[in-house]
Amino acid sequence: MDKKIRLPITEETAVSLYAGDYVYLTGKMYVARDAAHKRLSELMEKGKELPIDLAQATVYYMGPSPARKGRPIGSAGPTTASRMDKYTPALLDNGLRAMIGKGKRSEEVLRSIKKNKAVYFAAVGGAGALLSKCIKRSEIVCYEDLGAEAIREIEVEDLPAVVVADCHGNDLYQTAAKEYEKPEK
Amino acid sequence: MIRTIETSVLTQQISEMCIQVNHCLSPDMEAALKNAAQTEVSPLGKKILGDLQKNLKIAAGEQIPICQDTGMAVVFLEIGQDVHFTGGSVEDAVNEGVRQGYVSGYLRKSVVADPIERINTKDNTPAVIHYSIVPGDRVRITLAPKGFGSENMSRVFMLKPADGIEGVKEAILTAVRDAGPNACPPMVVGVGIGGTFEKSALMAKQALTRDISKSSPVPWVADLEREMKEKIDCLGIGPGGLGGVTTALAVNINTFATHIAGLPVAVNICCHVNRHQTREL
Ligand code: SF4
Repeated sequence: MDKKIRLPITEETAVSLYAGDYVYLTGKMYVARDAAHKRLSELMEKGKELPIDLAQATVYYMGPSPARKGRPIGSAGPTTASRMDKYTPALLDNGLRAMIGKGKRSEEVLRSIKKNKAVYFAAVGGAGALLSKCIKRSEIVCYEDLGAEAIREIEVEDLPAVVVADCHGNDLYQTAAKEYEKPEK
Repeated sequence: MIRTIETSVLTQQISEMCIQVNHCLSPDMEAALKNAAQTEVSPLGKKILGDLQKNLKIAAGEQIPICQDTGMAVVFLEIGQDVHFTGGSVEDAVNEGVRQGYVSGYLRKSVVADPIERINTKDNTPAVIHYSIVPGDRVRITLAPKGFGSENMSRVFMLKPADGIEGVKEAILTAVRDAGPNACPPMVVGVGIGGTFEKSALMAKQALTRDISKSSPVPWVADLEREMKEKIDCLGIGPGGLGGVTTALAVNINTFATHIAGLPVAVNICCHVNRHQTREL
């Protein structure tokens, strides 16, 4: 089912989402990938304050290509989420609500999504030009030294994504392939 | 007769190629994706393939890279043995081409100088360069930037001769199954069978640069390519890994002689953004 969603995603909205829903997201979200996650997790370990507010936040796992003149951002598709698995449960425990990426998550992350009433969306991998057009504004929040891996805040309009893991314990990657699998001839 | 070529020509060509391949796919890839959008039966899969069509149109029309991971540049240089290069080192000229292409083309710089220290080189160099010396006085340049979502899911299997063709099939299916949604399906699967450990991997990479509408000239290999595409599609992984009947756009297989004691099989997985271009000087 197609759903239009305004960010931030509340607990109520998260609970209303089911694996397989095709959604269009509008509002503000953070962009962070490997190196930024490593830094955030080091801060959390030391009990220090984070440079971003995680409450009800959505994080897009993405490292854009450089913006041409007059554009907010370059190509901007999702990166593989499993590389962030190690850091994710702690972020979810600290208020993170939603993640956008591509690819399978670990059992631990799936359990944490359920526990924290969160949601994991997949954006279409390799559709960076299309997704770029949904991004209206982008600014670096911190870690500029990381280049394409800096933490950004972006404003998106109708960014398409699919609910892969919902807080009811469903994982579309596990169920969808089975539906179309054909037994060996 | 010795033919002289200025290395600056390599730089110029490679710089243009880096920009072009990141904004436009080859006609065979475009045709296969268009066809898949028609034949996919899963509604969600169809929608995703439709998104990929829109993506290609925007990429070409507005010069936004097809994918933000504009890859690590892999360059195959087939150099005629009657060619003499002047004007500096060939390796430097290739890297300069990559540097110029990635910087002036607004492509992402995804290369770190050292695998452990991981400091970004900020210009996407160095490229991975494979040289071969061939008869004649021509130079063929093939550029194939490789994204790492799919590269990370690639495998080399050192099978035993007794594993035979069934072992080869199982190895390919294992790699594809494990790759699943991480490799941005629909995929192109490059396979190298035979040779040594590194030769199989190189063949698998080369296989990805072959026109996917053409099968291998070796009859049993062509049959295996067809059979494996069908078997992979039967896995149900589908576009984006969200279920469907389009999991592989093609399986390209290269083979080589091997040792009496071995059967190496390399599977180089590529996503639907299978970028490559060849030019001849
Ligand atoms: S695997 Fe391919 S399509 Fe997916 S993000 Fe990497 S380069 Fe892009």
